[in-house]
Amino acid sequence: MRSGFRQRLLSPQGIVTVVALCVLLLAVVFAPIVWGPAAALTAVADRGQGPSGAHPFGTDDLGRDVLARVLVATRLSVLLALGSTTIAIVGGTTLGVVATVLPRPVRRMVTALIDILLSFPWLLLTLFFSVIWGASASGAMLAVGFADVPTVARLTYTLASSVTGRDYVRAARIVGVGHAGVIVRHVLPNILPPLLVNTAAHASAALLSFAGLSFLGLGVQAPEFDWGRLLREGVARIYVNPMVALGPGIAIVLTGLILNSIGSLTGETASSALPPPRARARRRPGAPERAGSAAVVEAADLRVSFPGPDGGLVERVRGVSLTIAPGETVGIVGASGSGKSVTAMAIAGLLPGEAHVGAETLRFQDIDMTSPPTSAERGRLGLELAVIFQDPLTSLNPSLTIERQLTEVSEVHDGVPRKEARRRARDVLESVGITEPERRARQYPHELSGGMRQRAMLGMGLMGRPRLIIADEPTTALDVTVQRQVLRVLHEARRRTGSAILFISHDIALVSGFCDRVLVMKDGEIVEELAASGLAQAAHPYTRALVACVPHMTTDRSRPLPVIGDGDVAEEARA
Amino acid sequence: MAIPPGAAPGPASLPADLTRVGPALPGRRPSPRASFLLRRSGRALVSLGVVVAATFLVVHLVPGDPVRAALGPSATPELVQRTRAELGLDKPALQQFADYLSGLLRGDLGISLRSHRPVSATLAERFPTTLTLAGLAFLVAALGAVPIGVATAVSAWGGRRRSLHSVVSWLLGGLIAIPNFLLAVGFIALFGITMNVLPVAGWGGAAEAVLPAAALAIGPMAYLARIVHVEMLAVLGTPYMTTARSKRLPARLLYLRHALPNMITAALASGGLILTGLVAGTVLIEAVFVIPGLGSTIVASITAKDYPMIQGVVLVYALLVLALNLLIDLALSGLDPRSSIMEG
Amino acid sequence: MSTLQYTDLTVRYGHGAGARLAVQGVDLTVASGGVHGLVGESGSGKSTLAAAAVGLVRPVAGTIRLDGVDIAGSSATARTARRRVQLIFQDPFSALDPRMPVGASIAEAMRARGRRPTRAEKTRRVGELLRRVHLDPARAGDLPAAFSGGQRQRVTIARALAAEPDVIIADEITSALDVSVQGVVLNLLRELRAELDLTILFISHNLAVVRYVCDTVSVMRHGRIVESGDTDGVLSMPRDPYTRELVAAVPVMGERFDQRFDQRFDQRFDWGEESQ
Repeated sequence: MRSGFRQRLLSPQGIVTVVALCVLLLAVVFAPIVWGPAAALTAVADRGQGPSGAHPFGTDDLGRDVLARVLVATRLSVLLALGSTTIAIVGGTTLGVVATVLPRPVRRMVTALIDILLSFPWLLLTLFFSVIWGASASGAMLAVGFADVPTVARLTYTLASSVTGRDYVRAARIVGVGHAGVIVRHVLPNILPPLLVNTAAHASAALLSFAGLSFLGLGVQAPEFDWGRLLREGVARIYVNPMVALGPGIAIVLTGLILNSIGSLTGETASSALPPPRARARRRPGAPERAGSAAVVEAADLRVSFPGPDGGLVERVRGVSLTIAPGETVGIVGASGSGKSVTAMAIAGLLPGEAHVGAETLRFQDIDMTSPPTSAERGRLGLELAVIFQDPLTSLNPSLTIERQLTEVSEVHDGVPRKEARRRARDVLESVGITEPERRARQYPHELSGGMRQRAMLGMGLMGRPRLIIADEPTTALDVTVQRQVLRVLHEARRRTGSAILFISHDIALVSGFCDRVLVMKDGEIVEELAASGLAQAAHPYTRALVACVPHMTTDRSRPLPVIGDGDVAEEARA
Repeated sequence: MAIPPGAAPGPASLPADLTRVGPALPGRRPSPRASFLLRRSGRALVSLGVVVAATFLVVHLVPGDPVRAALGPSATPELVQRTRAELGLDKPALQQFADYLSGLLRGDLGISLRSHRPVSATLAERFPTTLTLAGLAFLVAALGAVPIGVATAVSAWGGRRRSLHSVVSWLLGGLIAIPNFLLAVGFIALFGITMNVLPVAGWGGAAEAVLPAAALAIGPMAYLARIVHVEMLAVLGTPYMTTARSKRLPARLLYLRHALPNMITAALASGGLILTGLVAGTVLIEAVFVIPGLGSTIVASITAKDYPMIQGVVLVYALLVLALNLLIDLALSGLDPRSSIMEG
Repeated sequence: MSTLQYTDLTVRYGHGAGARLAVQGVDLTVASGGVHGLVGESGSGKSTLAAAAVGLVRPVAGTIRLDGVDIAGSSATARTARRRVQLIFQDPFSALDPRMPVGASIAEAMRARGRRPTRAEKTRRVGELLRRVHLDPARAGDLPAAFSGGQRQRVTIARALAAEPDVIIADEITSALDVSVQGVVLNLLRELRAELDLTILFISHNLAVVRYVCDTVSVMRHGRIVESGDTDGVLSMPRDPYTRELVAAVPVMGERFDQRFDQRFDQRFDWGEESQ
């Protein structure tokens, strides 16, 4: 994170921001001293002039130099904005932190009040407060500051309660650390950095609101002037010299941009989160194309890289070759990060855009997956290649009914009329063991249990004519008894459709029982390929260790578990 | 449930394992949607109470003597005394509040200290102007933001067209940074003076509404577009979109059927405040374009310390905001089968 | 050496119509010096039992006693007494303060017994504990981010030990870890138990892991304990149908899935059973 900050600081935007900030600070400190006399000097003969060499922004109705006045106003404008920001941050943080330790009924009332205040626009609150404190510079500072207190309080409260809900705070409480201790030791250190990042954004908003209030005549009063006040005077004379109004306007916008930029420099949420350019799967020359091969999947020297944190590419799949015959059930096992899911998603052509995929051969049946599919091929992929993911709740669309998500493949790719597709959906749901398919079809995913969702997910694949079902940790998120139901349905689907299955799991026992053939992956490579029945007699030390390190129902309890090399060393190397 | 000291486990802070356990106790549970609406309506009612109390209290919160402040140092003691009686400030506080409430129920908001006309009459005159302005700006902002945000997100997803992404985010960031009253001044200088194609003051015809509505709408539109952009990118990265892609659906279905409803729900939940902010923005825009709406009324009455008028205008603004919030909640509960923002 | 005893414990979450009974009338004894396993699926109430023993939730009825002393109440005695029970959490990433050096986290737990150690004592003890969980004492000043998942879990174990507990509750401590790291943590727990004579309540959904670690076991479902006893006895000859179903569902290395359907699949299996 630190190095990220330095990197952002040295980027073009960072350098411009720092320089601009320095100029702004110089103006705050020195402008009233240097240009103060010029800003106050009235010259009736020169009044209302347009921009000229002597007066770059022209003069106002008393002949005073507009540019000088804009520069001089910097100090008051910035200081008032900072005053408001201080009120908002100090008040809001205190309120937010105190709220987290209040007894529950009081806490509920306080947060409800904060939420209600938050539902009103800032300007409306500001106006309300300026009724109380009157139309003056100090009154406006209080009004702008207090109007922002609810926002800061809410943010603080949200941050603080996300910390107090953490296990480390529970652990501290268990050993007897009290409220004050928890706040000082755990809450404040964890919420202050994000709050400070927000301060710049609040300062920018305060500056703009203050300018608005002064512009309405409710802020700084003559003869003092800030940018808002200058703007107010300028708008009245905009026909004579537009620069009288535009000058202070430009100053406000520039300062607002500088403050915002500081925020995004210190912030951890930069728009640079966008992944780097997409590279399509490419076919490397090498092996001659074997058209008309009988395999369902054929991959040779598959390589997938992702952009790493330092901007370079990290290869996650390193030269994987595999073949899946029709109707075969192939398992891939490996620790997390071994590249098993990435391999499967590459085969399905579903990797996100930032992935760089390359292969000598990568085909699903006779479709070359290294080039964009034609529309006929898309239709076949939609019907013949089904995918099931780990978490059925997030992989079903929450705002569409189960039926809608089932029927669309048939409707789109098979041209089946809606009514017919619906009937088929009911049949499929029934076949995956969902009782009352009529009722369930009309429900949304959140209304189903985890096991039902996963079976509905499988049902989606069965609406077509699957030749391959890719199941990526399909039972990991499920309880062990539900896991069995889902496997049974998957098994049944394979028996009925004759589809091949690519089954990905970290559970070697599960894979050994479910698959015909097992591929063991480690660090992006296949280290061993063997028949599922032969796992116990594996040759490769990694496979043997993987089999041995997991306790099973007959493990010898009197001996320590074998450990893979040093498990944590391998883990560290990845981290 | 009693909470031991030193531990305050709200339901949300417990592990998932703890929160959805065991059989329900006897008793009917309303559907999530109904209970969401019930809670939100309850909140709106409480908000209404807060608003009424706040507008009543504003006069009492002013430091010093509000009547003396309103009438100025030259007013005679008799006039001050008479005005105080007129405002009911000589009665006990509870009595004043009761009078205020019964006045509200009858639509009687008191008499303006400045114009000596009933406040409600002025409000009725000026409210339609402000509502029209805000409504126009809302349409422009919403209709502009969604296509811009969706189109830029779709074309930037997966790291494609990075240059477009950065141009758009800079452009939107710039537009957000310009406050509406400055934009309005810029418009006047550009379209009113330099090009002289559009009227820059007053209210009435369609031409006169163009600049104010545009100036009011552009900031919120940029902000909304950015929210839509971000939410759309988030939706495009979800597992269910991968599922949808695995079905090789045509782009139209992929984006309109699978992505849009989820994006709108998310964007509406976070974008609601922007729409209500637009209502408040009318105050500044009316000041720039000299539009006789509620905004110019409240500014003038704050300056003149015309408290009955201030109370009336603040009340109307606040009610408008409450109504908008309720509408947004209704839309959310209609769009999202889960009402996933239940605890929002 | 201490005995942890739950008697007729009932815990409820929520109020009114939304209330749920997470634990209903549970009797459970974790014998002194033993490792007792608690098995069940998500939502069965296992974690609630853990949370109740350390005071994170308050039971509506029943008692929890440590060597006969009540630890579930809100009295000062109960609060002090329950610090002798320490909890190790499932997710090592959430269990350590990201901005606090691991040494400081461990030292914080030394307060549990009311000690105010000097700086030198803290350093010495933290080093000792880190060594005990096979981590380099020189890393006491590092932030959690510098550690892998398995290492973090070992830090949280060291933290629990710093409180000098009589009873340790391990709540799914390996389920967030990769299988290859799981063994390291399980071996460590066995080692510590032998060295320190700890009483352990070991919560897990993984029957094979429970079998490997525990002497005795209880099976929970819907907030109740359906079966308890000696681990080997319960797992080899389950009496309760639910326990039987759990045991049957455990995948066995090298055993064909389809054969198991024919031979061991429970015919009473009902698709609609997990309704919602």
